[in-house]
Amino acid sequence: MGNEAIALGAIEAGVQVATGYPGTPSTEALETIIRYAKSGGIYTEWSSNEKVALETAVGAAYSGAKALVTMKQVGLNVASDPLMSLSYIGVKGALVLLVADDPGPHSSQTEQDTRAFGHFANLPVLDPATPQEAYELTKLAFELSHEYEIPVILRTTTRVSHGSGDVELGTSDGMEAGMEAGQIKPVAWDFEGFTRDRRWTIFPRLTAERHPWLEGLQVQLSERFSALPYNTVSGQGKIGIMASGVSALYAKEAIRGFEDIFTLFRIGTVHPFPEKAALDFLKGVENLIVIEELDPYLEEEALKLIGKEHLQVDIYGKKDSFFPVSGEYSVDLVIDGIDKVLEAVGIASRLSHASPAVLREELPPLPIRAPTLCAGCMHRTVFYAFKQAAKQLRKEAKAVQAPETAHAEQTSEASQKVQAVQTDTIFSGDIGCYTLGNAHPLNMVDTCLCMGAGVSIAGGLSRTNPEAKHVAFIGDSTFFHSGIPAVVNAVYNEADITLAVLDNRTTAMTGHQPHPGIGVTALGSSSKAIDIANVVRSCGFEFVKTVEVESLAECVEAARVAMDFRGPSAVVFKGKCVGITKSDKRCVIDPELCTGCGFCAKQLGCPALALPGGVGEGGADNAENSENADNEENAKREKPQILDNCSGCGLCAEICPSGAIKTEEVLR
Amino acid sequence: MKFDILIAGVGGQGVVLASRLLALTAMKAGFHVSTAETIGMSQREGSVSSHIRIGDEISGSLIPAGQADLLLGLEPAETVRNLAFLKKGGQVIVNSHEIPPASKPPGSPDYDPEGLLSFLKASCPGLLCLDFTKLAGEAGTSKAANVAMLGAVAGTGVLPFSKETLQAVLEAEIPEKYRAVNSTAFERAMEEVSGIC
Repeated sequence: MGNEAIALGAIEAGVQVATGYPGTPSTEALETIIRYAKSGGIYTEWSSNEKVALETAVGAAYSGAKALVTMKQVGLNVASDPLMSLSYIGVKGALVLLVADDPGPHSSQTEQDTRAFGHFANLPVLDPATPQEAYELTKLAFELSHEYEIPVILRTTTRVSHGSGDVELGTSDGMEAGMEAGQIKPVAWDFEGFTRDRRWTIFPRLTAERHPWLEGLQVQLSERFSALPYNTVSGQGKIGIMASGVSALYAKEAIRGFEDIFTLFRIGTVHPFPEKAALDFLKGVENLIVIEELDPYLEEEALKLIGKEHLQVDIYGKKDSFFPVSGEYSVDLVIDGIDKVLEAVGIASRLSHASPAVLREELPPLPIRAPTLCAGCMHRTVFYAFKQAAKQLRKEAKAVQAPETAHAEQTSEASQKVQAVQTDTIFSGDIGCYTLGNAHPLNMVDTCLCMGAGVSIAGGLSRTNPEAKHVAFIGDSTFFHSGIPAVVNAVYNEADITLAVLDNRTTAMTGHQPHPGIGVTALGSSSKAIDIANVVRSCGFEFVKTVEVESLAECVEAARVAMDFRGPSAVVFKGKCVGITKSDKRCVIDPELCTGCGFCAKQLGCPALALPGGVGEGGADNAENSENADNEENAKREKPQILDNCSGCGLCAEICPSGAIKTEEVLR
Repeated sequence: MKFDILIAGVGGQGVVLASRLLALTAMKAGFHVSTAETIGMSQREGSVSSHIRIGDEISGSLIPAGQADLLLGLEPAETVRNLAFLKKGGQVIVNSHEIPPASKPPGSPDYDPEGLLSFLKASCPGLLCLDFTKLAGEAGTSKAANVAMLGAVAGTGVLPFSKETLQAVLEAEIPEKYRAVNSTAFERAMEEVSGIC
């Protein structure tokens, strides 16, 4: 895997300190280093967030150590405060940031482009296309960082980080002991240590002194990059193609058989832009096609250079809609883009697609299969509990309001609208598995923005929608990542919100990393577990309750009382992640008692509950039919089934109107 | 030489493991490999697919439309969803075991596995269709359906490497606790398919 290759590259480069916060698609890089940490003598940690991870690595690099910090692209936003200042200060040992972008996006809230971030922060950015290049460019990143005393960003995309392939490892000292055996030679802890120097204390005067150095470095690095073998030109055609990352491979495959028309310029060291190498390439072409996912970063660099040098080269990229401005690229998409350009420049040749066995348009309609909470996930129980609690509160509120509204006959349409909003409960979500609570049929996430935002957004909503109840869901790892400042703010500014902590004792979505709440470090040794309820209490929440997620009724009760409380209230729901725990229970349906109403499957959207007649709309139709007494067959078909992935959480048993579901012990 | 394989299924079925086993085997056989896998949010019971590109040259990991030599479908709807990647005359092996979607968002078409299987039969000559989940269950655990399907692939002889190489990788990669049951599933599926082919 690309991420494993990056870890091995870092180990070969002599990394001594590695930190990070999990985030798809970056997570496996640090996980791999953690595997080799003990035998390799490398200090590793999962930090509480990306800013902390970077600052920890900065401390190590100030001491002359070689440090790596890993994160996904949105993690870089969290770490951007220290990073922007660090570019002026620089480092001593080496500091490499792995930042994984996610065109698509597959598992992210943004399609931001870290190449552009490098440009913004004046930091070098390397952009590998394959796991092999990721491995090599990681080593180069450490060399450059050490030599120029500047942090270096290794930017990957999902297809590089989460792509696997054959990687030929080097033969440096660290690698000789045989990585395959899971052993490496311990890295020497040979850095000089921290020495006191005014360069480590940022101050306006220091920044003013360092800024010209930083700008000068851009020129130096651009020249250096132009001479590196990671930027290559192939072919001699009059149409130039400029590409970086995995798009370069798509371009290479797209033009197979037509190589004589094109010259391909692949760029591995994207920022600072290797101007000299680009200029040599541009002098040999008449037209330029730029192929890159996300931002038109290379396109803009090429435009600047062509303008500056007064070259007669037309550019075709995202800016004139020859290629999509967003989303992930593929060979087929690149073929379409290049063909549009060939038409525009009046060349008769066309690249062609392979003809598939079945065309996409000929496929029968397929059901949407969206990701969903696992069968038995504690989050489903808590979401359903709040849904019920909100419903009860709404009913009570209506009962109270009913006599008054009877008198107010002439309400305008506008005020009715406001009324409808005000009596509701607004559920703010956050980032993690529990974002999936937004899916049908739960529909329990009204807002989701970024890590830790749910609590503060609920606070803001409470100012502008004072009649509504405000609930903020947050996971345990997210709570420690960036939830705490929002908790403090809720107390300080007296926000009337209910905090619902979904504590499944792991960072589940990214593959079950430990966090500060469970008393285990990245290496598996024990540490002090920080109790979330105590944190919230110590911040000044006057209502804090901890509930073990075992029965729905208890969760509904806790939710109701918390929502009724005036001022900030919190319930910490503690449960297990079914992804890492074994259950010896499962639910069974008594076919005698089951009426086939399908309520369980339709309400919960649990992947262990199947309605043969289909859930949702289809299921509802069939339910009507089954009321027809003589259509016994249909009634029989309609009965839900419990599948093998049931872990016996018992939620369906609690809501079954006929009491037809029981929980049984099973041997697994 | 190039051989492109697409594995499609539902999150939790072991698509990533099957993909890694095939990729490792291809590497052992001396080819370049590049794969693209679905990891992260979609893994939670969503549609997942793995692209495995085997050949003499390094390519981008996503298979272009109409180029997959082999489509391994762990579930009927997910197989159909990825059918446009299959080249004309490519081999399809499908697990007939149904996995209904957990919910039906408004506007989502009905789940009709029988209709989808008939569509596959009609549009993919030489289709291999078996209930691999059942077969794996009989071998010891229905969770080994992914490995059973690898056995079926080995049985068809379409792979550019020997079944012995694949079996050796399985032996090395699958933890000892689960090795026996996976081997049984692999072998039973291989025998079953050898009878048909």
